[in-house]
Amino acid sequence: MPGLTEGFVILVLFAGATVRGAAPLVLAALGGLFAERSGVVDIALEGKMLAAAFAAAATAAVTGSAWAGLGAAVAAAVFLALLHGFACVTHRGNQVVSGMALNITVSGLTVVLGYAWFHEGGQTPLLGAGARFGPIDWPGAARLAPLPGIGPVYAEVLSGHNILVYVAAAAVPAVAWLVYRTRFGLRLRAVGESPGAVDTAGVSVARTRYQALVMSGVLCGLSGAYLSIAHHASFIRDMSAGKGYLALAALIFGQWRPVPTLGACLLFAFADAVQVRLQGTPLPWIGVVPVQLIQALPYVLTVALLAGFVGRAVAPRAIGVPYVKER
Amino acid sequence: MRPVPRWVSLALLPAVNLSVALLLSAVVVLLVGESPIRALRVLTAGAFGNGEAVGYTLYYATNFLFTGLAVAVAFHGGLFNIGAEGQAYIAGLAVALVCLGAGSWPRWLVIPAAVVAAATGGAAWAFVPAWLQARRGSHVVITTIMFNFIASAVMTYLLVNVLIKPGQQSPETREFAPSAWLPALHDPLHWLGWETGQSPLNLAALVALAAGGLVWLYLWHTRWGYELRALGHSETAALYGGIPPAGTVIAAMLISGALAGLMSLNEVMGVQHRLLLNFTGGAGYVGIAVALMGRNHPVGIVLAAVLFGALYQGGSELSFDMPLLTRDMVVVIQGVIILVCGALEQALQQPLAALFRRPARAAA
Repeated sequence: MPGLTEGFVILVLFAGATVRGAAPLVLAALGGLFAERSGVVDIALEGKMLAAAFAAAATAAVTGSAWAGLGAAVAAAVFLALLHGFACVTHRGNQVVSGMALNITVSGLTVVLGYAWFHEGGQTPLLGAGARFGPIDWPGAARLAPLPGIGPVYAEVLSGHNILVYVAAAAVPAVAWLVYRTRFGLRLRAVGESPGAVDTAGVSVARTRYQALVMSGVLCGLSGAYLSIAHHASFIRDMSAGKGYLALAALIFGQWRPVPTLGACLLFAFADAVQVRLQGTPLPWIGVVPVQLIQALPYVLTVALLAGFVGRAVAPRAIGVPYVKER
Repeated sequence: MRPVPRWVSLALLPAVNLSVALLLSAVVVLLVGESPIRALRVLTAGAFGNGEAVGYTLYYATNFLFTGLAVAVAFHGGLFNIGAEGQAYIAGLAVALVCLGAGSWPRWLVIPAAVVAAATGGAAWAFVPAWLQARRGSHVVITTIMFNFIASAVMTYLLVNVLIKPGQQSPETREFAPSAWLPALHDPLHWLGWETGQSPLNLAALVALAAGGLVWLYLWHTRWGYELRALGHSETAALYGGIPPAGTVIAAMLISGALAGLMSLNEVMGVQHRLLLNFTGGAGYVGIAVALMGRNHPVGIVLAAVLFGALYQGGSELSFDMPLLTRDMVVVIQGVIILVCGALEQALQQPLAALFRRPARAAA
């Protein structure tokens, strides 16, 4: 049956595209999970990703090393996370205002600096092979590919991604373990639900929230580096293009839990892969589906979930509330 | 605790905030390798150097006055409306439909109809997040962000597939009939002896000022404004005082959305005379900075809107004169101002307050 085989191949290609599209969302959403579980609203995911993408591409372009770029990306995102903490934890500023401020500042700053430093209209120079993370082929991928069934899955879905995709995949169980099975995770969740109780137990609320924000910075750094030095080969202005907000939506859709968040990221990335693939091609029985409808789908689903029409999203109880120590 | 003197919180604090923000921006200018002093001079000349420049500055300020008022009204109720961008975008659709459908209506009929359409469109797009916040507890920050993306998708679909002028590549509607244009202000101002050249300043500027007056009346001289501010201060106290929280939240968000929607009058009806992609150009986000800088008071918001109008107008001059400083520099300044005036408000306020409280206590 040739039709079936063809359908299977398309499905496998979709799965590969979904994995590649989901990786930056997963990394950023897991970063947001730490911050939000500790009670700090993190709409600055977008800004941290964008800053990291710029820092990675700029550093990799100058040094020629992808690893130096990755380090710079993490440093830039952690710096922003600490700034967010300084405003919202130390000075108890409004967390949403601080996040918006970071997002807007970064969206301007990356272009201004890129324009002035590289003279390419806000872009960074194209990176050579050594300055970015290339695909890693698993042993025997090329030889196994012709095998029916398992072969294409092995070659297209599992093998052939860059290292940050595998880091994203490994991050899900790692974060789940950290949040649910360690002392740090217990404190993190407690600080987000009832900071007063944590304070009474002698654990610093501010310290725990700063730790959470640093984790968020590290993961957003990886996510931003994925965009500019793994998936693409340079920084382009506004290259995060709302992916930070999409990751936030995935985090909410996943009800602030690691595995459901992964599911949401895969769902959103799948929708995006379908959208790129369809582009006006009519579907059987349905006809042409407007691409914009698929683009809006993740946001509509998230609003529906927040409204309680599809399941129920219960936020950490102390989210958005600065902690004031009793005197 | 004695309150700080009024002039400290109303004049000194915003001035200090602005100075800190400009200092931080100067650091960025230095990083780029340009002179901050020269940049400031070019920017000021570009924004206020001649009549036409002032006209442009006030035209940008009109947009920011609308969105700033929108964000401020929501702020007074403890709500953060990040959705001004999407609300203005959808309102532009409503305005365009009225203007395109108006045919040969006289101008005195089209303009009020468009004003109503703009306010209704913006309010309608704010209604769902408002209702969800009031009735189902979904956080308005998240839902308004999501609604900005949904608005963008809806408008792209409509402009590309439905409203596009036939036989044309770029996704925009046909031009409105001249009777559906908002009159420009350069001629009336010319009779008054004020030259603004060919600037796009139009009637929407006066609508914006009137809206500012109405917001002031609403917030401080009506029962609903009182209820909104009480709710913003303390929900439990408001509840105890018999204020219905759900109704107050929905009303405030509808007013906020309507104000954001009116911004589309200036762009769609006053300048472009057609509906086009992304005509809002980020004005909804500038509104956040304007509301914070203006301390959520209409007078402050007018001043902050003019400041941002000057930054946008001066910023485009800046990119001509100093090519290394693109217009994105203005976005940096905008972000830094939100950071300093909004998020780090306490960090600057407390030392200032302590400074001015001490002499008073010593005297007492």
